[in-house]
Amino acid sequence: MTGGLLRLLTLRRGGRGWHWTDVASYAYLAVGVLLMFGPVLWLVLSSFKTPSALLEFPPSLLPMAQAEVRVEGYPQPLPLFTVTMEDGSVRELAQVRRIGIAAQMVDPKEPAKTIRVPVDRRTPVRHLAFAVGNYTDPLTQFDFLRYLRNSLVVTVVATLITLLINSMAAYALSVYEFRGKSVAMLGVIGTLMIPITIILAPVYLVVTKLGFVDSLWAVILPGAATPTGVFLLRQYMLTIPRDLIEAARMDKASEWRIYARIVMPLSLPALAVLAIFSVMWRWNDFLWPLAVLTKTEVHTLPIALNAFQGELQTQWHYLLAMTVVTLLPVALVFAFLQRFITSGIANTGMK
Amino acid sequence: MRRTAWIAGCALALSIVGTVGFASAQAQTTLRMMWYSDGNEGEVMNDLLRRFEDKNKDIKVVLDQVPFKAINETLPVQLASGQGPDLARVTDMGGLAPYLLDLRPHLKDAAYWEQNYGPFLEWMRVPGNTTAIPGYMTQLTVTGPFVNKTLFEQAGVAMPGANATWDDWAKAAKAVADKVQAPFPVAFDRSGHRFFGLAVSQGAKMAEVNGEPQAVDEGFKRAAQLIVDWHKSGVMSKELWGSVSGTAYRGANEEFKNAQVVLYESGSWQTAQFDKTIGDAFDWIAVPTPCGPANCSAMPGGAALVALKTSTHPAEVARLLDYLASEEVAGEFYARTLFVPGHIGLAKKGITYTSASPQAAAALKVFGDAVGKLDPVAYHIQGDPNSRIVFNAAISRLGQVVVNETTLDEAYKRITADVAQQIAERKKKQ
Amino acid sequence: MTDMMRLPEAAARRPAGLVAGGAQALMRLTDPPMRALQRLIGAARMPYVFLLPNLVFFGLFVFLPIAINIVFSMTGGTALYPAERPYVGAEQYARLLDCGSYLDPGSCQEDLFWRGVGNTLTFTVFQMVAMVLFSLGTALVLNRPIRARGFFRAVYFFPVLLSPVVVALIWKWILQRDGLLNAALTMAGGQKILFFVDPGWAMFWSVFVSVWAHMGFYTLILLAGLQAIPRDVYEAAEMDGTRPWRVFHRITLPLLWPNLLVVLVLVLIRSVQVFDEVFVLTGGGPGTATVMIVQYIYTTAFANQVQNFGLAGAASVLLGAVLFVLTMVQLFLTRRRSS
Repeated sequence: MTGGLLRLLTLRRGGRGWHWTDVASYAYLAVGVLLMFGPVLWLVLSSFKTPSALLEFPPSLLPMAQAEVRVEGYPQPLPLFTVTMEDGSVRELAQVRRIGIAAQMVDPKEPAKTIRVPVDRRTPVRHLAFAVGNYTDPLTQFDFLRYLRNSLVVTVVATLITLLINSMAAYALSVYEFRGKSVAMLGVIGTLMIPITIILAPVYLVVTKLGFVDSLWAVILPGAATPTGVFLLRQYMLTIPRDLIEAARMDKASEWRIYARIVMPLSLPALAVLAIFSVMWRWNDFLWPLAVLTKTEVHTLPIALNAFQGELQTQWHYLLAMTVVTLLPVALVFAFLQRFITSGIANTGMK
Repeated sequence: MRRTAWIAGCALALSIVGTVGFASAQAQTTLRMMWYSDGNEGEVMNDLLRRFEDKNKDIKVVLDQVPFKAINETLPVQLASGQGPDLARVTDMGGLAPYLLDLRPHLKDAAYWEQNYGPFLEWMRVPGNTTAIPGYMTQLTVTGPFVNKTLFEQAGVAMPGANATWDDWAKAAKAVADKVQAPFPVAFDRSGHRFFGLAVSQGAKMAEVNGEPQAVDEGFKRAAQLIVDWHKSGVMSKELWGSVSGTAYRGANEEFKNAQVVLYESGSWQTAQFDKTIGDAFDWIAVPTPCGPANCSAMPGGAALVALKTSTHPAEVARLLDYLASEEVAGEFYARTLFVPGHIGLAKKGITYTSASPQAAAALKVFGDAVGKLDPVAYHIQGDPNSRIVFNAAISRLGQVVVNETTLDEAYKRITADVAQQIAERKKKQ
Repeated sequence: MTDMMRLPEAAARRPAGLVAGGAQALMRLTDPPMRALQRLIGAARMPYVFLLPNLVFFGLFVFLPIAINIVFSMTGGTALYPAERPYVGAEQYARLLDCGSYLDPGSCQEDLFWRGVGNTLTFTVFQMVAMVLFSLGTALVLNRPIRARGFFRAVYFFPVLLSPVVVALIWKWILQRDGLLNAALTMAGGQKILFFVDPGWAMFWSVFVSVWAHMGFYTLILLAGLQAIPRDVYEAAEMDGTRPWRVFHRITLPLLWPNLLVVLVLVLIRSVQVFDEVFVLTGGGPGTATVMIVQYIYTTAFANQVQNFGLAGAASVLLGAVLFVLTMVQLFLTRRRSS
């Protein structure tokens, strides 16, 4: 028994046939899939529910809406219910109106006769219905394309700048020996873990003084030089064989050429990882853009979508739907590049 | 091939630069209005602005819709650094008063403003100032209870009458909740403002001594004791006041819509939302604020659209506000948003809420009547520039008492200390 | 499965080619001026050129703000410009550190700061244990000869890409009174649990959600370490008939130790600065049971009606100092490892 458990810990290449540890592994992974995907799937399903369906308990798995029927003699379509009658029989009735705890109902087949039913004896008849309005309303009501474009511009430009200046610094810190190098390293590593949240007000002050407020530069520039990025790239560049660089110098290549033509291509896996993280950070960034971008024309998606959170009320149905919308690009990028990402991180090893 | 790539690349670069360094030359004046929405008011305001622009071709108004968090947390930082829009819809009028622009010199008819917005203008002025006209109330709010009438009927419990006390309602709500197994007999929004809705009726005065509010008085203590007792006896659930920390707001509107709350002390602003989402599920009504030993007053509040000193176009801002605050336009705004009017003339005439169901219209009538019954103390508390500090201190410390992190006596000390410290910090100037 | 994964990769190669082409064009454009610059200042000064852009950004948006924060911490009032703020000396620090007993936050003047410190410590300890256990367990399972390893690896990794706010929102939706989990509980015949009213549960879910969101990242690091262990080491051990537990203890663990150390330190530092996730999930409650230190700083500077940049600045300088020490410890440990 314990032997089996320990096999689980040590096995690298399995034996023949199905050992129970194989079963346990797959069971673990199956639970993992459920736990990792389930919540997101639940979010997506919930985003298609109407506001009142969102409040239901117990919640239905799929988005449902109440069925309605047209009954002769009534101008509006009436909601349909299953009713348990006094005698225990079950009928499908349409509700005309509800007064207090009694409902006035009518059988669609005999529209002339109304029946009084206590409200707790009826359950709504429901069918699958997607509240697409949660998506279409905000997307048409707002200048979605503009926010999307702003978000894309910020993400792309910031990521390019980040890649360029961080790789340059990493190159300097990994390939050369020069005066002040250890000070520069200390500066990078020392600030590695300072979250922007705690220096928000001073950074705001700097950005204001530079005159960047309400331009996308205010969001792009402050996070462009990331200690994490320099650190990650440098660790990777340290593994590039020195001989390659020396050989290039023999060939009279300029230092810039060595950086751009030798070191950069060889660092692609690490650059890819940094690019992915940069895209994620920028795409999801909320607190900082909220502080510096006040004008509609420079709002990014997260800000625009959070306008559904008022002082006193949150329009959940919109908020959930819009969360799904912001998730989509990340999900797509991931679906296409997941191999690069996962193997990239594994290969850079975060040494 | 290569050339097209180059051209495409350049075009992309240019468009990016163009987008990033957003700048446009316009002959007309552009005004920026920072706006948050709880419901449909952003849409309605947009409509009104387009109409204003049609009549005033030289002014363009851009509505910057932002999350409330931006108004509450980042606008003050922007104003402190000398940045900011021309106008903003704000709730902390007293706190922002130093940044508000006095439009009196530019307004067409200042007397109209005095007459119809007078009592609320005081909320927007720095202490000592009696003349400034910085803006108007887009919405007056009054606190008050919503009651799930259907639950009362199902439980067969009679509803307390017109001048019932908080105790009467608490007992009745508890009786109903026990019968129908509703988890929230009484729910209060987790908000210092709503707490004061109760405290005023218990005799809280928030008197000023040397310009500093004395938050913890006998009335305050009576109300705090009630809240704590109600949590102990199960009249209130810890879920609202206990579940989040600090000054975080937490409402029970979703629980109310789900018929889990018997009596929900919130305010007029919930009406539109309840009208839309409860539909036919149960009957709900607004009732007059229950009474305490001191009075039966609710708390007023609201949001104002104000002009800011950062604006470089005071005359245009005044023209815009003259238009928006005019009886006709403001009336349309209140009617379409289902807001209680913050306009004396309109309040007297009464607003016809054409888009509201009979239930919602009835509720709005109750709230409208409550405005007339507000105690002067309630106006004083809302208008005090330090009131938000007191509200915040009260709610964050009472929240700790509710989950037994601290005692009431300890909380009183902390509230007094928190308020004193923040006011002292505000006073530190060079 | 594997074939399906390969297809998008082929598609992804094309944009990668485009990027490379763009980079080459950029190279042709930038090489002449950079070459001239090198002739001008000499190759020995080139590292400074490479370092310069990053340093400018660091200086403006990291070092300068830190300096301003230190000024904030020694001044008072509500003004934003340091020149307009009156000097108060160490008053803010004294206020933060004024405690009857450091073990009882209730006795401190700034009790919320100390509650934040306590909660962050608790969070950090539980988070480190849970994170290492789960990511190590998952890495060990993924290291077995299983089918569709790439798929499972991706499954565990993908929450890493979600924003903290979205992660918290998703779970809040599941854990609330009328959420999915309580529906499941009542269906199984149990009682609803109000997770966010109980301090223990609130802390539990804060840790759980953080582990859910980030374990994929650490799993990958550990998996890379496991796969780097030469197979013949195991084969030799197997031939000697070494007990599996001994193999794990004597071979796997020591060889994996460098990666494990990286994970431990990274988790430690991330835990100390945790904010958005927990804040959106629990709002710091119940009471103040999950108020974290960064939340305290944020609230003091922004969410309170009087925006107290001085006190927030002092608290952030203290937090910054702790983070700096932790990072240096990491550096020291990794250095020692590589030598």
